[in-house]
Amino acid sequence: MIWAAVLAGSLGCFVLKYAGMSVPKRILADRRVQKVAALLPIALLTALILIQTFTTGKHLVVDARAGGLAVACVAVLLRAPFLVVVAAACVATALIRLWT
Amino acid sequence: MTSATPWPAGRAAVLRTAVGVGVATGAYGLSFGAISVASGLSLLQTCLLSLLLFSGGSQFALVSILGGGGSAISAAATAVLLGSRNAFYGVRLSTTLGVRGWRRAAAAQVTIDESTAVSTAQTTPAAARYGFWATGISVFVLWNLGTLIGAVGAGALKNPTVYGLDAAAPAAFVALIAPRMRGAEPWTVALIAAGVALASVPFVPIGVPVLFAAVVAIGFGVARPAAPTDAAGPPDPSGPSDSGGSADPGGSEADPEQDPDRGGTP
Repeated sequence: MIWAAVLAGSLGCFVLKYAGMSVPKRILADRRVQKVAALLPIALLTALILIQTFTTGKHLVVDARAGGLAVACVAVLLRAPFLVVVAAACVATALIRLWT
Repeated sequence: MTSATPWPAGRAAVLRTAVGVGVATGAYGLSFGAISVASGLSLLQTCLLSLLLFSGGSQFALVSILGGGGSAISAAATAVLLGSRNAFYGVRLSTTLGVRGWRRAAAAQVTIDESTAVSTAQTTPAAARYGFWATGISVFVLWNLGTLIGAVGAGALKNPTVYGLDAAAPAAFVALIAPRMRGAEPWTVALIAAGVALASVPFVPIGVPVLFAAVVAIGFGVARPAAPTDAAGPPDPSGPSDSGGSADPGGSEADPEQDPDRGGTP
């Protein structure tokens, strides 16, 4: 099942990249298509952030990960480098688990 | 890339940028490798994702949906939706690059946020081509190297949750999304999309709520098309991968509010 996702995701992403170089420009120049492309990452990533932080399986939960997310947000506001943001969130989450 | 133009100095500068972006992205690849293995993918699966899929945001999304128990379909669909911006980069680059056959396939594979950002920041066609290939190859090599090292390193850990590694992916997404959150519309879309996704979690299969978020984005995009001048913008290299902060291809200020990049990294 993991293999199916790996291969299908890889194929789909390559097809999109190749299509961009080959498809008639007017299709991708459509203003609705452009707007959707700009908004998709925002919608998908925000949903992923909240789902991965506040759910376990099909249940809504609040646990140590919420602390990690808060720390990540503060780090981003402070313009910390990418790896610092990720590391700070991991450390915060681990510490909260240790202390609770 | 036969450029007879006298630009050795400019060429060196472009190469420095390309390598700098590659190093920053390689560091980002470390965390991808670690998160992927912590999510339950094998070393081989992790490395193949970086070789074949080669789009950071899509890769992070795919492994975290699988790690959370989502289906292969929702994981792959989310990855492909996140990778859709690369098609728009290809539109911008195809004229500049003018490649056909296997070269076009190779160019397509390295059409990502970083290579597009460096290429579109150049002022001459020769520099734009050189910037694209130098950055694409540099990022491809170092992203894959970083992935391998991160995956091997995480494989050595017994229980990743103890180290808080399960908080790494959401933190990475926060860093990825931050440059895009300018103005009211991104926030509106983000809040509605996330609200719909979270609310649906108890009622639909794992992984599907994220696809509901995509529906929200598509609905907004169709209802409120981009302004005519709003060309699909070049990526903002200061996104996630630039996190290293060392690489600034400059010129990336164009279209600050457009699809700055990163849904993925490479």
